[in-house]
Amino acid sequence: MKHRLLRSGQWLWVSGVLVFLFAPIATIVLFSFDRSNIESWPIHHWTTSWYSVAWHDTAVRQAFVLSLKAAVAATALALILGSLAAFGVHRARFFGRDTISLLFVLPIALPGIITGVALNSTFQWAGINLSLWTIIIGHTTFCIVVVYNNVIARLRRTSSTLFEASADLGASTGQTLRFITFPLIATALVSGALLAFALSFDEVIVTTFTAGAQNTLPIWIFGAIRLGQQLPEVNVVVTLVVLIMLIPIAVAVRLTGRDTMSSRA
Amino acid sequence: MTRKFTHRAAVGATLSALAMALVSLGVPNAGASSGQTPPTASMKPQASIGKGEGKLNLIAWEGYARPQWVKPFEQATGCQVTAKYAGSSGEMVSLMANGGGGQYDLVSASGDADLRLIYGGDVKPVNIKLIPSWQQFRPFLKAPSFNTINGVHYGVSLQFGPNVLLYSTKSFKSAPTSWSVLYSSKYKGKITVPNNPIQIADAALYLMKTKPSLGITDPYELTQSQFSAAVNLLKAQKPLIAKYWSLASDEINLFTSGTTAAGAAWPYQTIALQAAKVAVSDTIPKEGATGWADSWLLAAKAPHPNCAYDWMKWVSTPKVQAEQAVSFGETPANSLACPLMNKLQAGSCAGYHANQPDSYFKSILFWKTPLSTCDNGKNNCVPYSEWTTAWTQITG
Amino acid sequence: MDTDHGLATSIETQKSGGASSLRSFALPSRFATAALLTPPLAWFLVLYVSSLALMLVTSLWSVNGFTGLIQHQLTTSNLQQVTSGAYPSIIWRTVLLAALVTVTDVVIAFPFAYVMARVATPRVAKMLLAAVLLPLWASYLAKVFAWISILEKGGALNWTFQHLGLPAPNLGFTNGAMWLTFSYIWLPYMIVPVYGALEKIPKSLLDASYDLGASSWWTVRHVVLPLALPGLVAGSIFTFSLTLGDFVTPLLVGGANSTLLGNAIYDTLLTGGNLPLAAALAVVPIVIMVVYLGVAKRLRAFEAL
Repeated sequence: MKHRLLRSGQWLWVSGVLVFLFAPIATIVLFSFDRSNIESWPIHHWTTSWYSVAWHDTAVRQAFVLSLKAAVAATALALILGSLAAFGVHRARFFGRDTISLLFVLPIALPGIITGVALNSTFQWAGINLSLWTIIIGHTTFCIVVVYNNVIARLRRTSSTLFEASADLGASTGQTLRFITFPLIATALVSGALLAFALSFDEVIVTTFTAGAQNTLPIWIFGAIRLGQQLPEVNVVVTLVVLIMLIPIAVAVRLTGRDTMSSRA
Repeated sequence: MTRKFTHRAAVGATLSALAMALVSLGVPNAGASSGQTPPTASMKPQASIGKGEGKLNLIAWEGYARPQWVKPFEQATGCQVTAKYAGSSGEMVSLMANGGGGQYDLVSASGDADLRLIYGGDVKPVNIKLIPSWQQFRPFLKAPSFNTINGVHYGVSLQFGPNVLLYSTKSFKSAPTSWSVLYSSKYKGKITVPNNPIQIADAALYLMKTKPSLGITDPYELTQSQFSAAVNLLKAQKPLIAKYWSLASDEINLFTSGTTAAGAAWPYQTIALQAAKVAVSDTIPKEGATGWADSWLLAAKAPHPNCAYDWMKWVSTPKVQAEQAVSFGETPANSLACPLMNKLQAGSCAGYHANQPDSYFKSILFWKTPLSTCDNGKNNCVPYSEWTTAWTQITG
Repeated sequence: MDTDHGLATSIETQKSGGASSLRSFALPSRFATAALLTPPLAWFLVLYVSSLALMLVTSLWSVNGFTGLIQHQLTTSNLQQVTSGAYPSIIWRTVLLAALVTVTDVVIAFPFAYVMARVATPRVAKMLLAAVLLPLWASYLAKVFAWISILEKGGALNWTFQHLGLPAPNLGFTNGAMWLTFSYIWLPYMIVPVYGALEKIPKSLLDASYDLGASSWWTVRHVVLPLALPGLVAGSIFTFSLTLGDFVTPLLVGGANSTLLGNAIYDTLLTGGNLPLAAALAVVPIVIMVVYLGVAKRLRAFEAL
């Protein structure tokens, strides 16, 4: 009886959290059909015309493609650098590992404006022209921590005896990496990558100072909502992006799902 | 250990060199001193407009590069326009660092940023002869002190406008006649003002008219005691404030939802709210108003100068001037825009004061960067960096 | 930083049970460790730390009140200024909010992640994970705007409450709105690592606990929670530090008393052009994160397994 009560309480909680997670998303989707560019509840005039406006807006398309490129590259770099760092810190109990943790956290703990202006000045001083690459550099810097934290949390949860056993049984470092380490941290890498991608895909402030004249999607969105004239178009774009992103999320979740099942066996 | 040491030494060595670079670049210098020659004054502007480079990169206020006049421009000149919208004058100055960094061509800066850009060497002289419509500009906007130094033009005037008192017609049966409503506890929790240190000038303007004993003659040039009086007025106003608005759309939300009854605004908010049938109106109270005057300034390292000139030519024409004026609720610099404005929207010429004589201009106190050197030659004015610190103390 | 302490820990580990792993795996591969750490550290030092350091060093310089130019004279006046006037209350508000958001996200995320990892079928767990991740792709700014329209006076929340015959909560443009919005926006960054930690707990461990007669609560408190701690710490680093550095949410959803550290820094740096004071203000979040990580270490959060 008590058990059943607990179970229903758990599912009630889950439903509540889901409502919390999706109420704003639902709001965005609803307002994408609002004729007025001033959001007020309830919606009086419905229209799909903003969808055609957004679809034909070349600025939006260019911004979307640029954001995608930057996020993919930054995520890839962050995956490499973040997991290298996690392994290094995990293996070596040398002094200063806390300093390293702090270092990696700094880019998200400091207001983006500090990171943005600091990077911008350095790029200018070094004569580096602002481009897609400078966006990627900025994004990688604050995405590393996401991968690092996920991977190191997983490594700390993993018994080192596994690696030892592998080594004792004569496996090379490469073999241990491939057959023991990688499967162990795979889900942490996938979730780290998803969070890093999301962080990069959404960043406005650092990007403003590292992007040069090109607009990423969040920069376009920030511009479009300042005066509010294009608010419904922003809602349309966000709705479409969420729909498009369903596919990679489904794929990624499928990858992690297999692991979930094996851990239950 | 040695490795660590070398690291530190290496970092330390590059540090001072880099720090010098940082100080000279990237960050707006609020207290640029006037009275000297701008660094780019001797750069000779081009004598003619050549073939367009196919691209044009703008830093603009949102709403200043709308498809309505950008699309025809692109078709006519082949210059593909990319606009980046800045959130504040400081952001504009930062983005324009190092002459626009070889990225940006033009910036639509307001008067409070112009001198910082000109004396910072980030913008360069413009050959005004290449912009025929300039002849049609209102006389006071042909060579105003904020974009023309010693007869050298660093940009072309664009639009100007007043900061108005926006009010809900549900709360006010007739138009309020004084800014005092923003300082009155009668509207506690129903007031909004911009989240901008230049707001101190609005308080100073109010004190200039209501407390003559303070001796304020220019709200942008305040002695320490005048400045303190304005800051104290704003500190007393804080408990009445519902929100310091940052984006124009914030204030639109505040009035749509009925959270606020009165606030300092641009005419743009009034237009947007009235279009959405929200019961609001605006007025310029008897104390007068502060305002802005924007210009397009040419980046010192503009990578697409021909397209930039084509753009300045284009936005100065009466038609584009009228289009921008109506869409943003501003007053155009081009005096021939008035009838075209009325064609776009009946009554808009008078509505946005485009039919007013030059004397109207004098009733608006335009934004300018507060410097420690006052116009009277004394050096006892409070500079802008202190305005921002004080603003944080007020709103924090 | 605390080199002595770190050194002590490393010696301790060598002496204790960790010795075997160090002998067989870590010790001969000192080079490997260095090889692992060099690329990320080089990236950070060259690209980020150097730019940051030269910015922070300006906090020791002063701005000439007359010309507004920076003078290269050492002074502590900027750092002193940070501890006076409105800044202490701004800092306090920021830290309190970041802590509150973190606690809120822990409370929301833990039961949710527990159900995902231990109760739901793999199929449902997958769907829940997708549901958590999906909102991340709805732009931050669009979500913030959505919260404005939900919370404001004529908004969906008041509207719903009124239709249910309840008093309107009127959360629009308050610090409460800021707390809610932050908790919402960073929630996935808490759920994902906590789920990752819980998912890896061997089922046998829980079965053992139950078999030994432990209650569900006891098991959660003494078995699950400690094992979830690394995930909770990883998540809290995101929620805490992301709140600490944000300044757009307070601008948009906050009210008249919602200035956070990020806003103060933005204004000082970009509106006022006072680089030294902005740099001094930027030292504050660094100190806060040092303290935060120190506390996490004290709680043995990092050595949880």
